[in-house]
Amino acid sequence: MINFLGVSMLHGNLVGYLLVSFTLFMIGLLTILLRRSFLLQFMGIELMLNAANIALLAFGQWRAEAVHASIYYLFIIGIAACEAAVGLALIVELYRLKSSTDSDQQSSLRN
Amino acid sequence: MFSMLWIPVFPLIGFFLNLLLGKRISKLGTCLIANLAVFLSFIWSLVWFFKIHDYPEQRITLLFFDWITVGQFRMPVEFVLDPLSGTMLLIITGIGSLIHIYSAGYMWEDKGIARYFSYLNLFIFFMTLLVLASNLPLLFVGWEGVGLCSYLLIGFYFNEETASAAGLKAFLYNRIGDVGVLIGMMILFTFFQTLNFAELLQKINGYPVQTSWGLLTLATMMLFIGCMGKSAQVPLFLWLPDAMAGPTPVSALIHAATMVTSGIYLVCRLAPLFSITPITLSFIAWIGVTTALVAASIGVFQRDIKKILAYSTVSQLGFMFLALGVGGFSAGFFHVFTHAWFKALLFLGAGSVIHALHHQQDIFLMGGLRKKLPITFVCMAIGTLCLIGFPGTSGFASKDEILYVAYLSDPLLWGLAVLAAMMTSFYMVRLMTLTFGGTSRDSHAFELAHEGPYSLTTPLVVLALGALLAVKLGWPAAFGGDNLMAHWIEPSLHYGQSLVPADDHGSHSLALKLAAISTALGLLSASGAYLMYRRGNTIEVNFAIKWNNIYRWISDKYYLDSYIDRFLILPFMGIGKALWKGMDVILIDGLGVNFPGALVRVAGDLGSSIQTGRVRNYTLLSVLGLLGMMLYFVWGS
Repeated sequence: MINFLGVSMLHGNLVGYLLVSFTLFMIGLLTILLRRSFLLQFMGIELMLNAANIALLAFGQWRAEAVHASIYYLFIIGIAACEAAVGLALIVELYRLKSSTDSDQQSSLRN
Repeated sequence: MFSMLWIPVFPLIGFFLNLLLGKRISKLGTCLIANLAVFLSFIWSLVWFFKIHDYPEQRITLLFFDWITVGQFRMPVEFVLDPLSGTMLLIITGIGSLIHIYSAGYMWEDKGIARYFSYLNLFIFFMTLLVLASNLPLLFVGWEGVGLCSYLLIGFYFNEETASAAGLKAFLYNRIGDVGVLIGMMILFTFFQTLNFAELLQKINGYPVQTSWGLLTLATMMLFIGCMGKSAQVPLFLWLPDAMAGPTPVSALIHAATMVTSGIYLVCRLAPLFSITPITLSFIAWIGVTTALVAASIGVFQRDIKKILAYSTVSQLGFMFLALGVGGFSAGFFHVFTHAWFKALLFLGAGSVIHALHHQQDIFLMGGLRKKLPITFVCMAIGTLCLIGFPGTSGFASKDEILYVAYLSDPLLWGLAVLAAMMTSFYMVRLMTLTFGGTSRDSHAFELAHEGPYSLTTPLVVLALGALLAVKLGWPAAFGGDNLMAHWIEPSLHYGQSLVPADDHGSHSLALKLAAISTALGLLSASGAYLMYRRGNTIEVNFAIKWNNIYRWISDKYYLDSYIDRFLILPFMGIGKALWKGMDVILIDGLGVNFPGALVRVAGDLGSSIQTGRVRNYTLLSVLGLLGMMLYFVWGS
């Protein structure tokens, strides 16, 4: 029954899923490029990661090897959670140091 | 023990000792080392000199080691001692010893006395090397070495700008000549494949006389250009008067007795070679007589006692070259010998006067010194009599021999030379009268004047005796003499070869007549000078005011220095400036160095402008890069 939704929805609708994934990815990318707050940019990165995950699952279903893809997906989500914890810790530390999370101002390595 | 190598090596040791230890040992130690070095060299020279007679062809050749051997070119350190080099050797070390003793007294107060004596020893080393060398390259080593020592000693008071400029001038003038010697050597080598004197002159034996221009004439011409530089002949003589900026004993040793005569030595050494190139010989004669005239005329109007003697030296060197040019090699060399005595004597006498008057060199501010400096006066009077060729003196013997051979070649040469000799008498009597005669024109300095220590007077007396006795060695045959010196150095002039014989259509009666005429004229101008300057310098001062232009023209060396400045030095500086601005600044500095540098800098700036330090920009760039890669993988390949 796990497959029920997926099989019935995905067969013939790969493009729809990829469109969702692409949209999510572009939102994430534009967030990074256009926003200056590290927190928002970090959210953008998470969005892009999830977009990639959706694409992975979509291809997995399409190739009828859903189990592998789903397991990978779970691993990725787990690792992404760890990574998010590290990233947030860095941002907090940066804020303590510079009392700002504006990424454009963190350019002391230039010059 | 008595190796000939010691002759140059003793002064070399003295040089190193004084150079390295000069500051640690006392003044007395310095003087002792230097004097001992030259004196030992003199003893060794004497010992070897008396051995010459026992050897075949009166020539001792000793090979010490091969220095440079490249293909056919061989440059051994080999000495040759024959009457010619032996006589030179005795002049150098003998008069050198006397001048070293004199220097000890003259330079005693100077702080740089160790430096002075080390240079002087080094000079003796190079000069003996020059004279003893058996081949041209080794002679050239000595030739350059004495030039170096001359430069160092002229610029001895290097904190005075005139002295260091004079040193530089001497060096540059000599360099012009040295290029000539080098070219001459190269031509001779390509011609004969050897530069050893003995082998060279053996190959010349039987060579046809070069009546037209050719490589051989060019070679001798080039060698003579070297002699012109070293021996201060007409276009290249301007350095010698300036060289008087050095200490006076240096002027006596280097710029009167020894170094400046090395040009004459070189021509005598290669006499057979020069004999087969008559074009060069007549060139030498005319250059010589021109030099004698020009320098003597400038000397007439000089006020500096050393400058007068310097021009006199140039003029006498001209006489020597005149003799060489008309084929009278032995007459020319005999004049080298006698001139070394009396000119060293005159210079040392002048030094004694300068010493007594606390560095006053202007003869217009002297006068009456015969009472204060009797020994100097008598000695300088002897030197003057020799120089003006007073009958019975050594200068008379040698100069009249020169005039005689000049007359045999061309009466015009004789006439010009007699004119120069008259001027010689004039300026020497002028010098003596203004310095020693009459009353003092600077009473303060006159009161303080006194004769120097024994180290100053002894060499003067010895040189005066030598100048008088030198006549014994060369009393001309025309006056019943035996012309000892001419016979003595004859074999080394021939070098075992036959000289082209001078067509001797002269006779003893002709020689007597010529000598009478020239001596009478010389004494006439001498007594004229005495009458003019007996009462001080008023006549000359009046002349200088009335004929100011002529006076300045002559006394300022006919403005030759400023012509050289304008026509040689300024154009060369212009060329140098053009090369500097054009080649150096634009081509090498600009295109070669700064342009690549600027290119790298611009590239670096471009690359660095990407590195904004903003995360967003980096992200955009990496995304674009990723996009580019993707596009390439999809469509590119």
